[in-house]
Amino acid sequence: MIDKFVPGLAEAMAGIQDGATILLAGFKAGMPETLVAGLIQQGAKDLTLVMNAGGGDDGPSADLLATGHVRKLICSFVRPASVAARLFQAGNLELEIVPQGTLAERIRAAGAGIQAFYTPTAADTILAENRETRIINGRNCLLEYPLPGDVALVDAWEADRWGNLTHRESARNFNPIMAMAAALTIVQTRHVVALGDIPPANVHTAGVFVHRVLHVPA
Amino acid sequence: MADIEFHPLSRIGIAQRIAQDIPEGWFVNLGIGIPTTVSDFVPDDREVIFHAENGVIGIGPAPAPEDINPYLVNAGVQPITLRTGGAFVHHADSFAIARGGHLDLCVLGAFQVAQNGDIANWAHSRNEPVKQVGGAMDLAVGAKRLWVAMEHTTKRGHARILNHCTYPLTARGVVKRIYTDLAVLDVTEHGLVVRDIVPGLSFEALQDRTEATLHRQT
Repeated sequence: MIDKFVPGLAEAMAGIQDGATILLAGFKAGMPETLVAGLIQQGAKDLTLVMNAGGGDDGPSADLLATGHVRKLICSFVRPASVAARLFQAGNLELEIVPQGTLAERIRAAGAGIQAFYTPTAADTILAENRETRIINGRNCLLEYPLPGDVALVDAWEADRWGNLTHRESARNFNPIMAMAAALTIVQTRHVVALGDIPPANVHTAGVFVHRVLHVPA
Repeated sequence: MADIEFHPLSRIGIAQRIAQDIPEGWFVNLGIGIPTTVSDFVPDDREVIFHAENGVIGIGPAPAPEDINPYLVNAGVQPITLRTGGAFVHHADSFAIARGGHLDLCVLGAFQVAQNGDIANWAHSRNEPVKQVGGAMDLAVGAKRLWVAMEHTTKRGHARILNHCTYPLTARGVVKRIYTDLAVLDVTEHGLVVRDIVPGLSFEALQDRTEATLHRQT
């Protein structure tokens, strides 16, 4: 019987190595905050953290940065008043800024086996300096590579034991594509449902992309 | 310069002016700042569908405080509602909407716009330590039309509509129209054409506040 549920947070986070690349979903809504707290407890160091925004001054992702677990942050923007900005300016954090759509597409590409793609996004900007550009169909385009994770931390509203997921409203955001793009996808779900209870046409993230599920009730 | 009495539009006034020009049926993304408020001025009986980068299609009016849903936010992470007919997609699909040419219109704020449609809206200098790109580069290159909402000059009276942008570019040659507190300008292959001007302000006085050469509508 396939059963991806794990009994507790320690089991959910077991085996994450130092130096791992962590894909962390969420756009305010839909961030798996319990799993982030679990990652801090688990203690893996030297992490590369991939998330949309560099986070603020408090909350789990700021805690993860502030506790020194992260060597490099890959995101689309960093607020000037944030833990990430202070760490970067003190020389204690590497930072790679990626346009938000390119970030999403690099993650999707990683999950889909795409080895590279060209996009007009950022091709005429300083983000393209010292990188490969090429005119395609008359437009200047920038070469981008996929962005896979060793681990994805994902939030769900409902999950069954095969790891089929639904996401609430705009809490979907990066969750389905990050789930696709990691060697180990760990999910926290608000509700556990029986296999078959999610109507097949309403599965947002298919269980094939999911490895462990932790029930985190309200 | 003998200015007669004139009244610049407020930021809300700029948003109202833009809303007048959005026809029924358009699919529109609004950036942060002045653009966000444009949707408030599109009458309810004119069906315009608003998109947010975090995967929301069909943004409705802001919720009453008691109706806030923490799972439903816009790209500025403010609480929103969904109008009937709305939908949610994941982040890669949401940026496929932006990058794949599915937006009839995107309205962004800007620091500077050049006469050829270059836009600079994410950094004041290439040496700015903390970068805030977000989704602007994706939206700017991908939308069918890019309109800019901005104050015509800086607070200190310096021109922001220039021969060439001096700040780092967001994208090259993409702006189609500029709405300011003083005027509406079309970016054409023959340069900037004044489409509209606030009552009491002369063409010459507008030109004095603009570095790039302005042309009268023919």
